[in-house]
Amino acid sequence: MSAAAQARPEARTGARPAARAGSRAGRLAAGAAAGAVRVFLVLAALFWLMPALGLLISSFLSPTDLNRGGWWQALTAPTRLTADNYERLLADDTITGALLSTVAIAVPATLLVVGLGSLAGYAFAWLEFPGRDWLFLIVVGLLVVPVQVALIPVSELFGAIGLFETTAGVVLFHTAFGLPFAVFLLRNFFAEIPRELLEAARLDGAGELRLFARVVLPLGGPAIASLAIFQFLWVWNDMLVALVFADSANPPITVALQQQVRQFGNNIDVLAPGAFLSMVVPLVVFFAFQRQFVSGVMAGAVK
Amino acid sequence: MAAKATTPAKAGAPSGAAAATAGRSAETRRRRLVAAAFLLPALVLLGALVVHPIGYSLYRSFFDRTGDTFVGGGNYGEILHDDSIRTALKNTALWVVLAPTTATALGLIFAVLTERVRWGTAFKLLVFMPMAISMLAAGIIFRLVYDHDPDRGVANAVWVGVHDTFAESSAFPKARPGRDSPLVPAAGADAGGYTTRDPVRAGVPVLLPLVGVAPEDLPSGTRTARAAPAEPGKVTGTAWQDFTRGGGGRTNAVDPSESGLAGIRVEAVKDGRVVDSATARADGTFTLSAKADGARLRLPASNFREAYAGVEWLGPTLVTPAVIGAYVWMWAGFAMVLIGAGLAAVPRELLEAARVDGANEWQVFRRVTVPLLAPLLVVVLVTLVINVMKIFDLVFVIAPGSVQDDANVLALQLYRTSFGTDADPGLGSAIAVLLLVLVLPVMLYNIRRLRKEGAR
Repeated sequence: MSAAAQARPEARTGARPAARAGSRAGRLAAGAAAGAVRVFLVLAALFWLMPALGLLISSFLSPTDLNRGGWWQALTAPTRLTADNYERLLADDTITGALLSTVAIAVPATLLVVGLGSLAGYAFAWLEFPGRDWLFLIVVGLLVVPVQVALIPVSELFGAIGLFETTAGVVLFHTAFGLPFAVFLLRNFFAEIPRELLEAARLDGAGELRLFARVVLPLGGPAIASLAIFQFLWVWNDMLVALVFADSANPPITVALQQQVRQFGNNIDVLAPGAFLSMVVPLVVFFAFQRQFVSGVMAGAVK
Repeated sequence: MAAKATTPAKAGAPSGAAAATAGRSAETRRRRLVAAAFLLPALVLLGALVVHPIGYSLYRSFFDRTGDTFVGGGNYGEILHDDSIRTALKNTALWVVLAPTTATALGLIFAVLTERVRWGTAFKLLVFMPMAISMLAAGIIFRLVYDHDPDRGVANAVWVGVHDTFAESSAFPKARPGRDSPLVPAAGADAGGYTTRDPVRAGVPVLLPLVGVAPEDLPSGTRTARAAPAEPGKVTGTAWQDFTRGGGGRTNAVDPSESGLAGIRVEAVKDGRVVDSATARADGTFTLSAKADGARLRLPASNFREAYAGVEWLGPTLVTPAVIGAYVWMWAGFAMVLIGAGLAAVPRELLEAARVDGANEWQVFRRVTVPLLAPLLVVVLVTLVINVMKIFDLVFVIAPGSVQDDANVLALQLYRTSFGTDADPGLGSAIAVLLLVLVLPVMLYNIRRLRKEGAR
């Protein structure tokens, strides 16, 4: 799986056929090809960088400057950059409150998915009970169920039991929809634990709960980390579930910003820094846990 | 991604060989209780919030908006007849065709090419990064990119820049003849331009006075207008802004502080045909050859066209491709990373063998790499197809309110039907069931794959 890790010198030079051909023309052609590849990738990189960079720079321009021209004005007049927008935004309760709401949803939803998912994953991997294989197949089937299917039924259900427009409701919804992937991932990972390890612990008189906490969870570290990061980002970035179920008086950041998008154009000085504040945590998580994130995304591709 | 299902065999058989039957059944019961305790929280949540909703949506989809009247398949019929849902279906189909293929193709190209440069890892990081951010944030990012105002949206800034480089931009959109001008509006095919009232003669300088150009709109490099000197055998003249700031200028005469109309195009027209043309110098003067003798001079309409405003990316026709572009920006990195991982597993000897056999890089790619990666490419495509069928946030955020009907997709329609001011949960449920049916094949495929692996 570790794709980037393997260094392959012969693939890097890119001048392989030329070395074989040995002719000057061949070398020239290969050189031209390598140059073309480089130019193409540089252009692609610019293409990928530009959109986000534009919003980032915009977030550091005053409303007056934003009205005066595009964000690229800052390339020639960098003195116009200012952190005023951020200061104003952070002084305002709406955005900071919304960020806190997001934390209050994302953290419990992640912990619950990891906790309940590893309990169930362990049961599916190592405990004996009738119908185990069937139940697991059903859980795997639920992997691709779109959240949209549950919006109407669950809002009626939550309405009936008083969870509609509450943080708890949003957390439970995210937990439920995170569970199929969690159970699938962790069951497969736990199943790889050597039987002898578990047997030995059982012989030492450890109960199932103790075994789970002392042996299985520590061994499951890598998979649990991938799952936690994947789920955390999923919930942090969610907008749809929050739009339907979250407390509209105290919405998470995605919903709070979405409400501003309607006046797009007059409020870039709010939207741009707001969007970047909402991205700080995901980007930090992304850079800090790249490896786990990648393996989580790869395993969670089906979601 | 593959489920390596090593089915754990009977766990923890009691070590005491002489365990009594009664003891064993008590032990079994205890173990089942333990299993239930481990499973119950997850299963309760899954049952209440995932499985039950599936059944309930199906049931609810057969009732009208109040939920009291059974309408049979009425809601499903409406999916086919309602205009906005039909648009949603059409757009979702467009999404499913365009987005996954584009993202996968780009991912494949990036994965293969990044192996050839030293900074491949940095490139991958950059392209993969959008995966970490929310669709809302990506939506805001692209809302700005696609902004119609070329002084705000980078897409139109570039587009207009390129357009103005190749197609001559008009510098004088508001210029027009003043009072008693020798120029009259041109008729027919060249409406919008101006021609001289009378034919011009070689050796007699022509005056082409215009008014209405704001000083700050004059092209850079413009100089003070100069009356063109007469040249034998040639038609000379001046096109200038016949207006002296602060007043005092004479009509139809080149006064000392008036500006030339640098770059304005002048054509000599004889019997409806352009016989010669010139572009005014910085001081507004121009020179035409003897061919222009006896012709009327024309300032063609191209001089006066409104400035090119660029493309309306978020207008009704382009909005869906534009949002798909934003999606590709987000998800090409996903395809790239998955394909890159697959590429790392391709045996190098195979590629080398092909090269030794004389295959060029393109042939190696086409005949060896792609076939070897085919199963992985299918997985990536299928994953993206599922993802795209549920697309909501990006469309909701990028498409301005006025074109959301044109940008509509199934998941957005579902949201609008189910939670708007005149919500119809019956119809909403029918759309939800439709979405579920669309992903059903993948669900069954996942289950079958798992069963096969379990049986191995």
